[in-house]
Amino acid sequence: MSTHTFKPDLQPPVMSVGVLGWLRANLFSNWFNTLLTLLAIYLIWIVVPPILRWVILDADWSGSTRADCTSGGACWVFIKVRFAQFMYGFYPAELRWRVDLTVLLAIVGAAPLFIRAMPGKLRYGLLFLLAYPLLAYWLLHGGFFGLAEVQTSQWGGLMLTLVIAVVGIGGAMPLGVLLALGRRSDMPAIRVICVTFIEFWRGVPLITVLFMSSVMLPLFLPEHVTIDKLLRALLAVMLFEAAYIAEVVRGGLQAIPKGQYEAAAAMGLGYWRSMGLVILPQALKLVIPGIVNTFIALFKDTSLVIIIGLFDLFNSIHQATVDPAWLGFATEGYVFAAAVFWIFCFGMSRYSMRLERRLHTGHKR
Amino acid sequence: MQKRASAPPSRGSILTDPKIRGWVFQVLAVLTVAGFGWYLFQNTQTNLAQRGITSGFAFLNNTAGFGILQSLIEYTETDTYARVFVIGLLNTLLVSFLGIVFATILGFIIGIARLSPNWLISRLAAVYIEIFRNIPPLLQIFFWYFAVLRAMPSPRQSIVFFDTVFLNIRGLYLPAPSATGAYPAFIASVVIAVIVCIVISRWARALREATGQPFPVLVTCISLLVAMPAFTIVVFGNPFVWTLPELRGFNFVGGMAIIPELVALTFALTLYTAAFIAENVRSGIQAVSHGQTEAARSLGLRPGHTLRLVIIPQALRVIIPPLTSQYLNLAKNSSLAAAIGYPDLVSLFAGTVLNQTGQAIETIAITMSVYLAISLSISMIMNWYNKRIALVER
Repeated sequence: MSTHTFKPDLQPPVMSVGVLGWLRANLFSNWFNTLLTLLAIYLIWIVVPPILRWVILDADWSGSTRADCTSGGACWVFIKVRFAQFMYGFYPAELRWRVDLTVLLAIVGAAPLFIRAMPGKLRYGLLFLLAYPLLAYWLLHGGFFGLAEVQTSQWGGLMLTLVIAVVGIGGAMPLGVLLALGRRSDMPAIRVICVTFIEFWRGVPLITVLFMSSVMLPLFLPEHVTIDKLLRALLAVMLFEAAYIAEVVRGGLQAIPKGQYEAAAAMGLGYWRSMGLVILPQALKLVIPGIVNTFIALFKDTSLVIIIGLFDLFNSIHQATVDPAWLGFATEGYVFAAAVFWIFCFGMSRYSMRLERRLHTGHKR
Repeated sequence: MQKRASAPPSRGSILTDPKIRGWVFQVLAVLTVAGFGWYLFQNTQTNLAQRGITSGFAFLNNTAGFGILQSLIEYTETDTYARVFVIGLLNTLLVSFLGIVFATILGFIIGIARLSPNWLISRLAAVYIEIFRNIPPLLQIFFWYFAVLRAMPSPRQSIVFFDTVFLNIRGLYLPAPSATGAYPAFIASVVIAVIVCIVISRWARALREATGQPFPVLVTCISLLVAMPAFTIVVFGNPFVWTLPELRGFNFVGGMAIIPELVALTFALTLYTAAFIAENVRSGIQAVSHGQTEAARSLGLRPGHTLRLVIIPQALRVIIPPLTSQYLNLAKNSSLAAAIGYPDLVSLFAGTVLNQTGQAIETIAITMSVYLAISLSISMIMNWYNKRIALVER
């Protein structure tokens, strides 16, 4: 009996596998696709090389005055010379280590929160949330416990942008959660107050809110009270963002099945305890990506403080571009500002997408 | 909301009766809010009296006395603040309208490109979306205004497109149409063609529902819309005369001049919002499950019909709510005009008028209520529309 031997498998057609196959399937599957591909290649060809040449190949990197920019490409010398100002504003140069230390503490302090299996994460997180703001205020502002005071009018640059964004979202969170709970309350008066508040702030642009805080707030307060310009902006940002956070959190509250509310009530928990122990922990976990997205929007909106004359990252750069010593380098300035904002926003949006994927696994039905 | 099915009979002390406690909380909340409002009101009254500002809206009838860069209606420096308000509002609406139209077109193109089977096209669309939505809109406005348009050449060295459109540091110059004697006939023919088309499509739909007979509505309508106006042009002559912008001395005369502030603002808002609209369009189309396409194909619908009758109606249901909130965002972002001096509502009214009159509360209140009115009315219309197209579950 002879054993049967199979013939070796035929190779798949050359045109349907490997690089060629991929090209055919994804770029040249029919005449229309081929046309689109050629169009796209043409578009890339006219856009990318000039930009690359301007940004890297023809750019000037070394030197210290505008006379060093001779090649016709981007003049990164401008950014290099002004870099410290873009980061710290007018913060005294010899005290800038305090800003660095604040940022370092934030990173080191928050790092354990990102370790998934850390024990006692909740307690540590609460402790961090309570202690860090005080520490950061002491380091940045000073004026007590042996640190020299730095007026908020000297704050600026990326540091100010981060302060506004982080304090804004930090202050808006508790208020936003309360508003979201109020909007879903059984009590009509509370519901009306919360809905009015939320819809009012969501209906107006941030710029008018900033205008309001800078011209109307002084009128609202008793005459002897003066309120710091930065604090005014922070208040405006907090109230504004609280309304957006409230809507995000409401989405989370609505997603919690009714059974959870009933179960909490059946356990004999009162309103605050059933919210705090049963509903909110689940709802907030669901809306973390939404909150990150709100934070991204807020981060972009911090650039509006230029309207009320605060020197955040964007305003510092804008002021530098109109400086007579460096006239004509507006493009470099804006491109740098755009790059910094982009890195932050893109990074956060990627993070929020990852979270979304991780958090939603257990809730899909 | 956890509604208690029936209020439990109050047992025990009054303190633990949920009904009474609810009332107490509500009264407390209302009192707190009212008290806070009263406190602010009192402070404001004292402060205003001290600064010698009389509140009220009488200032609206005073003469403004400043020039405005762009106004859609007649304006001279002797006009009142009330007219300045109208001009600001119209300018805001103009830039919002332009932005919404262009952003919708660009957004839909990019959103569909994002889903293209062509790898390169979908990558390009993704790159566009990621770049433009992660850069603050204000920065984009400044970039187009200060870095691009302020760096344009003088009118004599204008950049020319097709010999008719001129771009220079003073703005964008377009040919402007002006009506001739044949204009009424032309408009009438267009209106009649549109009405006939609507009637035909109604009739075709009734026919299809009654008998299943298809009728080529699209082809008929397009040929009607082209043929009827073309016919009037042949009979009555050209309805428009295009006046071209011309260089005289140091500047352009004739045609339509668009100030650089408007160009920069429209450009930036369009590019920024289009990135978000593209994402909405993409997720909307992806939300229609593939089974729908397969079902439509197995019913024997052709690909074009599948798209038009099955995919798009369902995708629109998902796309439209976020699309409206993008429109709202664009309208609100148009207030960034204040930063580059485009005479919109915020920059004219909450800026210049406030500085001239010192009526902070009134001007800010008016400005905010306009935006509030726009937002609330759009969301009301949207809620109504949403209810109308919402899935009727059986």
